[in-house]
Amino acid sequence: MNHEIRTSEVKGWGADKNPLDRPAYPMWHQPEEGTGAHWIEPEKQEMKFTVLKSIERPAMTSAFGTSVPPSGLSGAIRKFAFKYSESSFGHWIPLLIADRVDMVEGVLDDLKHGHIPNVFKEMGLKSEFKYNRKSAIKKTMVGALMLGAVPLLYTYLRRKHARPIN
Amino acid sequence: MLAMDYRGPYRVRAVQKSTPDIEHPNDAIIRVTRSCICGSDLHLYHGLVPDTRVGTTFGHEFTGVVEEVGSSVQNLKVGDHVLVPFNISCGSCLYCQNQLYGNCHEVNPGATAVGGIYGYSHTAGGYDGGQAEYVRVPFADVGPYKIPHDLDLDDAVLLTDVFPTGYQAAEMGGVKEGDTVIIFGAGPVGIFAAKSAWLLGASRVIVIDQLDYRLEFVKRFAQCEAYNFREMEDPVVFLKKITDWQGADVCIDAVGAEAAGSAMQRLTGVKLKWQAGSAIAVQWAINSVKKGGVVSIVGVYGPTGNLIPLGNAVNKGITIRMNQASVKRHLPRLIEHIQAGRIKPSEIITHKIPLEEVAEAYHIFSSKLDNCIKTILVPPSEMH
Ligand SMILES: NC(=O)c1ccc[n+]([C@@H]2O[C@H](COP(=O)([O-])OP(=O)(O)OC[C@H]3O[C@@H](n4cnc5c(N)ncnc54)[C@H](O)[C@@H]3O)[C@@H](O)[C@H]2O)c1
Ligand SMILES: [Zn+2]
Ligand SMILES: [Zn+2]
Repeated sequence: MNHEIRTSEVKGWGADKNPLDRPAYPMWHQPEEGTGAHWIEPEKQEMKFTVLKSIERPAMTSAFGTSVPPSGLSGAIRKFAFKYSESSFGHWIPLLIADRVDMVEGVLDDLKHGHIPNVFKEMGLKSEFKYNRKSAIKKTMVGALMLGAVPLLYTYLRRKHARPIN
Repeated sequence: MLAMDYRGPYRVRAVQKSTPDIEHPNDAIIRVTRSCICGSDLHLYHGLVPDTRVGTTFGHEFTGVVEEVGSSVQNLKVGDHVLVPFNISCGSCLYCQNQLYGNCHEVNPGATAVGGIYGYSHTAGGYDGGQAEYVRVPFADVGPYKIPHDLDLDDAVLLTDVFPTGYQAAEMGGVKEGDTVIIFGAGPVGIFAAKSAWLLGASRVIVIDQLDYRLEFVKRFAQCEAYNFREMEDPVVFLKKITDWQGADVCIDAVGAEAAGSAMQRLTGVKLKWQAGSAIAVQWAINSVKKGGVVSIVGVYGPTGNLIPLGNAVNKGITIRMNQASVKRHLPRLIEHIQAGRIKPSEIITHKIPLEEVAEAYHIFSSKLDNCIKTILVPPSEMH
């Protein structure tokens, strides 16, 4: 067990030994030079589409993101989730479900625009072949077997169902 | 512009999107020069963060050049080279006034517990991130920091998150001269936490991970001890044994919600999502710290709840401190450390990948292929 690292050999050892040299000491501390803000209260960003707001807030925040407004079924589920507080599973579980629904909607949207998603490329699997050939080949074989199993199972089930009941 | 586009768990691609607009008088538009993939992005990529919408652009660690400023921006001008802390902060709420920039209350309508983070789901404000050619930067007078001329861009981009986060992890541990510090996780955050523990005067620094190549790296980079928990029957007993059976003064969790090492925690936390991630690193931290010691958590967890040994924490009288890093606050001092040659953050960068190949970049980092530690995405304009 090497317990033998001498602090004198460590570059910069103890440079911030004194708590006063540490930038976040004490934790609550108003900087003399200010924070860069030159307002008492920030101006409000204009809301151009639905932005979901936590019910633990009385009003919208001064700024917010404008990425992907809620839409479709996933959007409806998200709106439902925002009826509940951040303290409730009623908020977080629907949001996780909405995320999965959104993924399906994403694929449908791609197809609608005539784009078949290249899942192999989107999952970055080229690098799996490059750096982890063995596991990549194994995964592909398992995948192929499973894909192969679908038509087999289908034929089997059809035959079974086709059998006359007597 | 070219931008990363999230399509669902484990699926991302590079697509053309419209360039962002000024939405608020204190916005700036930045042309991105470097952006990183972070361990935090993996939680999004794996579908663990609620309200991660398909079509979002990730990326909260980036540098760039100011392209356009809103009408009220005073501290930045077009052409300035800046590094942008991952926290979006208004500069004037109670928390920002006190430099808790990671806890700003004015930038995330979707949640009150979390502040605003670029490209980090609608649970963190619904902002598009910097894994793109351009990005909207709100409160441009507060967050962005002009890059000093002698600072390398690759060092600068690591100041937007992982170096300050690792430093703050050690700082929240209240490391004193003579302390023994154990760090769980030898990813970028853990690596910087290890180096920072020395800067604060630790006498012994021990790092735990499961990946030998990362352990080898941290041993060299941070001149510390490093051990693989896969080779231990019980990591807590191992750590007690090498610390005179008392445990460490400070334990740091630099792993977060996808921690390996416990089938039960992985099943309930990652697979079934009955808890907000696997909390085995916190469990080990609580159980391997000395009585009266400090556990410092920077690993990221979901919003619901986790299985941790609270009883042991109470009985041992330990202090648990944790937060999102307040990046802006740390910058001047950490830049001094770089300029004084005490640390060279960019040494952790193992991969530079064109933004077009973002899907491969995520897969390599996520699956820890090709000895990956830190990945930088380079936009087309910067490929020379
Ligand atoms: N609080 C903040 O401000 C902040 C900022 C950045 C990152 N983070 C979080 O910090 C964590 C680490 O980030 P990173 O970029 O270094 O990620 P990373 O994924 O590169 O590294 C995590 C490391 O932990 C190791 N690991 C897994 N299980 C372990 C265990 N039980 N014990 C010890 N090591 C274990 C993994 O092998 C890996 O090397 C993530 O959760 C990330 O979200 C927090
Ligand atoms: Zn990060
Ligand atoms: Zn604020």
